[in-house]
Amino acid sequence: MIVETVGFAVVAVVLLASSLAVVLTKNLFHAVLYLAAALVSTAGIFLLLASPFLFAVQLLLYAGGVVTIVVFAIMLTERLVGERIAQTSRDIVNGAIVAAAVLVAVIGFLVQAPAMTPPATAVAEQTVAIGKALVGPFAVPLELLGLLLVAALLGAVYFARAED
Amino acid sequence: MGLHAYLTLSALVFAIGLFGVLTRRNAIGILLGIELMLNAVNINLVAFSRFTGDLGGLVFSLFTISITVAEVALGLAIVIVIFRVRKTVEADRLDLLRG
Repeated sequence: MIVETVGFAVVAVVLLASSLAVVLTKNLFHAVLYLAAALVSTAGIFLLLASPFLFAVQLLLYAGGVVTIVVFAIMLTERLVGERIAQTSRDIVNGAIVAAAVLVAVIGFLVQAPAMTPPATAVAEQTVAIGKALVGPFAVPLELLGLLLVAALLGAVYFARAED
Repeated sequence: MGLHAYLTLSALVFAIGLFGVLTRRNAIGILLGIELMLNAVNINLVAFSRFTGDLGGLVFSLFTISITVAEVALGLAIVIVIFRVRKTVEADRLDLLRG
């Protein structure tokens, strides 16, 4: 129990710090690297929540795939600009007020909610169960997801293709 | 750790992401903020799945992650096209549709 608490504290601090760095750092490339740190620490949260399968998915798809794509996009636009992408922020006060208001609203709901205790054991054979669910009750959404991915990637290739 | 700890952490990350979306000028920076917000949603889904013992949350967050990857690929392709046409990805200067 104490291990879980300490682990949660460490991962939460890393997650919050890197998230803040993502929205505050001036250099866009550094922001992407901090985003990678935030995504990896989220994977750590999944591990704490006894979901090793999602831990792997998060690392492979999110931290691996998304970060790579964003880095490529930055390199493409930066090279074309010919100047460093030093990004600035605007309306910091207004943005902070809106974000804080949303945070207060959500926390307001949370403090009213009753505390829940987790079941003693997580879902047994989690990966097997997920696999069976994906080809059982979730088969149609899974096929639709495949269709969406094909459409999205075809669209991305079509948009970003070299001009001829 | 209670469910509240995870939900509070997720709310904090969501608020940080929202702040980024509202304040960033660069379109790619805005996309990074959206990533943070979606990530916070995934924490919620997995936490509820763990605390209710329901597999649905895990499957749902699996779908969310996949859809996010598609969204990022498409969003960045659009950013590159915008850059090619307008020579900028500053959100303030992309006001072609402003009335």
